[in-house]
Amino acid sequence: MEANLTGSKQYVVVKIGIEQYGIDIKYVDSIVRMQRITRVPKAQPYFKGVINLRGEIIPVMSMRMKFELEDDVLTNATRIIIIKLEPQSAVGIIVDEVKEVVTLDDTMIEKVTNTVEDKNGYLNGIGKYNGELISLLNISSIIIEKETV
Amino acid sequence: MDVSQYLEIFIDETKEHLQSLNEQLLILETEPENTETINEIFRAAHSLKGMAGTMGYKRMQRLTHDMENVFSEIRSGNMKVTADLVDVLFKGLDALEVYLKNIQESAAEGTEDYEDIINQLNNILNIGLGKETAVEAKEEPPKASAAVTQTGTDEGGAISYKELILTDYEKRAINKADTMGISAFGITVYIQDYCILKAARAFLVFKALEGLGDVIKSQPEVQDIEDEKFDLDFSVIILSKDSAEKIRSAVMNVSEIKDAIVEKIDADQNETEDSEEDNNGVSDAKQEKAAGSVTSAEKSGKAGAAAAKQQIAKPVVNRSVRVDIEKLDVLMNLVSELIIAKNGLVSISANEKNTRNESSFNEHIEYLERVTTNLHESVMKVRMVPIESVVNRFPRMIRDLSKKLNKKMELYMTGEETELDRTVIDEIGDPLMHLLRNAADHGLESKKERIAAGKPPVGSIFLDAYQDGNNVVIEVRDDGAGINVENVKEKAIEKGTITAEQAAEMTDKEVIDILFRPSFSTSEVISDVSGRGVGLDVVKTKIEALGGDIEAKTKLGEGSIFIIRLPLTLAIIQALMIELGPEKYAIPLGSIQTIEDIKNSEVKYVHSKEVINLRGDVIPLVRLGKLLEVPETQKEEESLTVVIVSKGDRLAGIVVDNLIGQQEIVIKSIGKYINNNKIIGGATILGDGEVALILDVNTLV
Repeated sequence: MEANLTGSKQYVVVKIGIEQYGIDIKYVDSIVRMQRITRVPKAQPYFKGVINLRGEIIPVMSMRMKFELEDDVLTNATRIIIIKLEPQSAVGIIVDEVKEVVTLDDTMIEKVTNTVEDKNGYLNGIGKYNGELISLLNISSIIIEKETV
Repeated sequence: MDVSQYLEIFIDETKEHLQSLNEQLLILETEPENTETINEIFRAAHSLKGMAGTMGYKRMQRLTHDMENVFSEIRSGNMKVTADLVDVLFKGLDALEVYLKNIQESAAEGTEDYEDIINQLNNILNIGLGKETAVEAKEEPPKASAAVTQTGTDEGGAISYKELILTDYEKRAINKADTMGISAFGITVYIQDYCILKAARAFLVFKALEGLGDVIKSQPEVQDIEDEKFDLDFSVIILSKDSAEKIRSAVMNVSEIKDAIVEKIDADQNETEDSEEDNNGVSDAKQEKAAGSVTSAEKSGKAGAAAAKQQIAKPVVNRSVRVDIEKLDVLMNLVSELIIAKNGLVSISANEKNTRNESSFNEHIEYLERVTTNLHESVMKVRMVPIESVVNRFPRMIRDLSKKLNKKMELYMTGEETELDRTVIDEIGDPLMHLLRNAADHGLESKKERIAAGKPPVGSIFLDAYQDGNNVVIEVRDDGAGINVENVKEKAIEKGTITAEQAAEMTDKEVIDILFRPSFSTSEVISDVSGRGVGLDVVKTKIEALGGDIEAKTKLGEGSIFIIRLPLTLAIIQALMIELGPEKYAIPLGSIQTIEDIKNSEVKYVHSKEVINLRGDVIPLVRLGKLLEVPETQKEEESLTVVIVSKGDRLAGIVVDNLIGQQEIVIKSIGKYINNNKIIGGATILGDGEVALILDVNTLV
């Protein structure tokens, strides 16, 4: 887990439900509009399926399902953020809205201890920006989760 | 003469000759009187010698020359083929392979002379011809003869450190040390042959030596020793104030060291050898390299050696496939047809105004489709290589294993001409080798046990390859003891892989599948051939990575069989597109037997599972819609559309809503994050940009 954040980093701020989340920009490959998703049977419930992105097949997961919120309501603002953890394998995540890109430095980030709010270790910290709170996602722990089937 | 342009041809042909030599020698071993084989060997050795000579590989030429001498005497009937002789000849072939590898990597043959092998050859020659000569070389312990040594002296390879060449720099260092009352010692360390972590032992030896003085040279180089690229011995030269005795005892303190020879070196003595060496042009370059590495090595031996390694590690030859000229002609033809088809389309679009060309447009599309299909097929064929190129080294391996394990065994191979994609061929060698080693080590019983069980004393291992639809099947079979299912169960319970209750309910097949789980070895004794618990799971992973699968069958007392199934081609397949409710899926055509219309009334129940009786076969039905949890599957109709698929000899009927038709699809991976119990083998993108999933039929049958 990347607990030690040093210096300043840029985050893509997205909205999921009523909360704002920040995604480290170095993992973000691109942001695309919602498109037709092909369901993949027998997959983990939070995987909505796969999409065709310029000839590549990319699995798409729903953050809402992952966070055990109610299912996505697709609107005009819904976006898929294409995340690349490794060069060869991308994953898309569905978010309600992409707001902006912010730069946060260490002093603006508060560490979270693995308390009740974050029992899954999905968060790296809480960023404070212009009086708003941004939950910083630990992308790798969200995507590479050891499934207990 | 600049011969570099012939390098690729040389390497290809040398490989062929070496392979043929290997094969012929195996024949010769069983039929020592076979004159045709002897002639064949002689011819191959002779051409090898000629080629090496032309290319300027002096050492290689010398070794082949001596081997050829032996063959020549055998051919003229002056001496007989003996087991010893064949062993030495095999050793010679291995040495030639090392040369070849060096040439492939650096365009130079390397600096090993294999004096020991040449000496042994000459000895055998002399003895064979009745001449009375020193038998010294024959009495050498096999360890010393196997030692890889640098350019040597003529004394033979009994004590390897003597064969180390000292550079001027090192000699000066020794002389200087001498004046300061520090002596140089040559040390050769022999490691026990059962030692598993040779590199670790060697490291401890180096540690011990560094405490006593400065190690100025080692053979093989430190880096190679760390990478375990050495046999059972290595040599070092050390500058130390201590006595030879003390050094020796320090080395012997390290466990699993069999012996260490420590002798004082006189710097002047090396002088003569070295000047001799300087006459040899080829070794100049090498010496410079060695000197370069050693200067830096004085401060940190490791870094120096690593740097020297980096300098030479540049492959000079690209990987290549030999292609039949006919296949290329077909390709060329297809490309010209492609151009014609394109021109046809261009002319249609030029005549756009006269709209009455709908049908001719379709005609051209069809034509184009035909051409691209053929083109794909031909390109695939170019990539296909007979499996022979992988399996032909196995007879030799089994022979060596047979000696090592002291079990009699024979390898029978069929279907070597079966073709597989080049990428698969490159990867399949290791898994197969692993299975064969397993069969030889664990599968086959010892001679005593075999006779007691009423079996022929010589064990048999079979390697069969054949094509089965769109798959290639490779079977590794032995007539040994088979897998004891109860043993596996016990072991699995003991290791906590399964519980006792689970074990009681498991079928034999399920138990055998445990063998493919990581780190599971049933062998009581760990031998250096196989059985370290990193076996079958690695094989399985590798084969699955190639898109294939592996299963095992066994019968206690009669042997086991491992069946590997590999797809013929990897990237593009023919598939049947089907519809399930709103969703589209692709089923690879290779696994489809037939498509049937079955009336609802013909569906029967066995064990409360749906089956159909199709022309005498009872086939289980799979309601794909339900299995894949497709929403809004079509309502019950009078008859079902059933796609009959097969895996090996097993069949299953897949119930689908609609057939769309046959299509050529490009397989794409759906990534590693989605976990779907392997029912989906991949995905493909349809003409309209929509994604369709590809079913992996193997999981349904």
